[in-house]
Amino acid sequence: MPDAAVPGAGPPRAGPAGGGGAGGGDTAERLFRAEYGRLVAALTRRFGSLDLAEDLAQEAFVEAVRRWPADGTPPNPGGWLMTTARNRGIDRIRRESTRDVREEEALMLHGQTSGDPLDPSGPVDDGSVEDDRLRLVFTCCHPSLATDVQVALTLRLLGGLTVPEIAAAFLVPERTMAQRITRAKAKIAAARIPYRVPRDAELPGRLRAVLATVYLVFNEGYLGRAELAVEAVRLGRILRQLMPDEDEVAGLLALMLLIEARRPARVADGTIVTLPEQDRGLWDRALVAEGHDLVRWCLRRGRPGVYQLQAAIQAVHTDARTAEETDWGQVLALYDQLLTLSPTPVVTLNRAVALAELEGAQAGLAATDPLAAALADYHAFHAVRADLLRRLDRVQEARTAYDRALALATNPAERAVLTSRRDGLPTFTTPQLLPFTP
Amino acid sequence: MTQYLMSVWHADGHPSVSEEDREAAYAATGAFNATIQGTGVWVFAGGLHEASTATVVDGRGTEVVTTDGPFSEAKEVLGGFWIVELPDLDAALALAAEASAACRERVEVRPFQG
Repeated sequence: MPDAAVPGAGPPRAGPAGGGGAGGGDTAERLFRAEYGRLVAALTRRFGSLDLAEDLAQEAFVEAVRRWPADGTPPNPGGWLMTTARNRGIDRIRRESTRDVREEEALMLHGQTSGDPLDPSGPVDDGSVEDDRLRLVFTCCHPSLATDVQVALTLRLLGGLTVPEIAAAFLVPERTMAQRITRAKAKIAAARIPYRVPRDAELPGRLRAVLATVYLVFNEGYLGRAELAVEAVRLGRILRQLMPDEDEVAGLLALMLLIEARRPARVADGTIVTLPEQDRGLWDRALVAEGHDLVRWCLRRGRPGVYQLQAAIQAVHTDARTAEETDWGQVLALYDQLLTLSPTPVVTLNRAVALAELEGAQAGLAATDPLAAALADYHAFHAVRADLLRRLDRVQEARTAYDRALALATNPAERAVLTSRRDGLPTFTTPQLLPFTP
Repeated sequence: MTQYLMSVWHADGHPSVSEEDREAAYAATGAFNATIQGTGVWVFAGGLHEASTATVVDGRGTEVVTTDGPFSEAKEVLGGFWIVELPDLDAALALAAEASAACRERVEVRPFQG
């Protein structure tokens, strides 16, 4: 339910989501965040340990903070960080003296002689490093790890967020989040979760887990911290770069971009602004254009999936210059298609909203009736029904439905709009008001 | 290579399983075992008698205390297990899926230390 929900605290960010790099006093911090996943990915393959890779990446950042202000930022900061981290890793292993480690060193030095991707004179972004990041993604989202663990690892290792940042975003004590990540890394090492991209046969299932993780981060950002939505978009862009042939990867990125594009218009004075009422001039046109390009690319590929279809639905909305110009027939057709792939009560509820626009509130309401049991505790179900009942002038029932939605909704901006709608209902309470629909 | 314990835990006594189904599961498990015996994967496997045949021994104190029956806290008991050696968790999970289908129970996969 994209625009039925809201982002919480935190101002909308200026400019396209993601990025990282130029501008401001936090340039180094943003550069580190952008480079972190690359470093950890490549160092893990080289040294065979996530813990060591993280240590080395952090040491390289500390070194950069110490040296760059005096020496000047190197022309290729990413390459500099990679070389520094790699050299520290080699030093560390040379200092060790056990036989096992010597063997590892031999392996490592062998790797160095054959087209070393970490060579600072070579491009940092070559294929090998991209493959490493892809390995890292699939390791973080391995099915033997719980969903919350997958999310935490992906944000930490690939996204480069710090443990306190992740803990704050999910309202979890820092110690808990640190333990979660430490245990997960210990499991990866002990159970030998492989550091590789799944084979073709396993790929669809494994990719679904990766996409679900990123979308979960996005939704957390949508309802909570805006930064998480920005990070999810950044992760989506990385995945798109890493897997340019995967339709659903493009679909997910498009979906996130088109929802994120509306962030500036979504909340006004602490109250959610529903899609038809939004000031479309506030939408981020660059994000809309990027999302539309991806949706068109998906359409040309002709292999729709759940993310692509949801993105296409969003594109119908972002394509309309005014709410009245929305092609609801197209929206409904897309929901019908989505239902065949994902026959869930929530999709059925969203379809009912589109149906109401096309065939009237009565038809929409009837379509929500069968969902009463499945969505009894879902605030959006009651909010949708309340709006439809209000449009049918069934005031008493609308009030009850708004009350039920308010009892379940937790987000302040969402509660604000529900409260204002409920309080805007006519005060007379004739039961069975004549259902007069012109 | 890593060694994994693939263990089967169930409510004691198989109350819900018919004799016929149990026989079929035994046969399928035997067939599964045959596919990995003699390969590098197989280390050891075995099925256990009912938990009521267990005895718990506590030798931590000065006097050895012996108790009839399994650890009393356990809601589910260990019914049988395999020890297998495989290159990584993905290989172990794939094998565990086969084992689970054969013995008609869920299978826990856990790495050995060292």
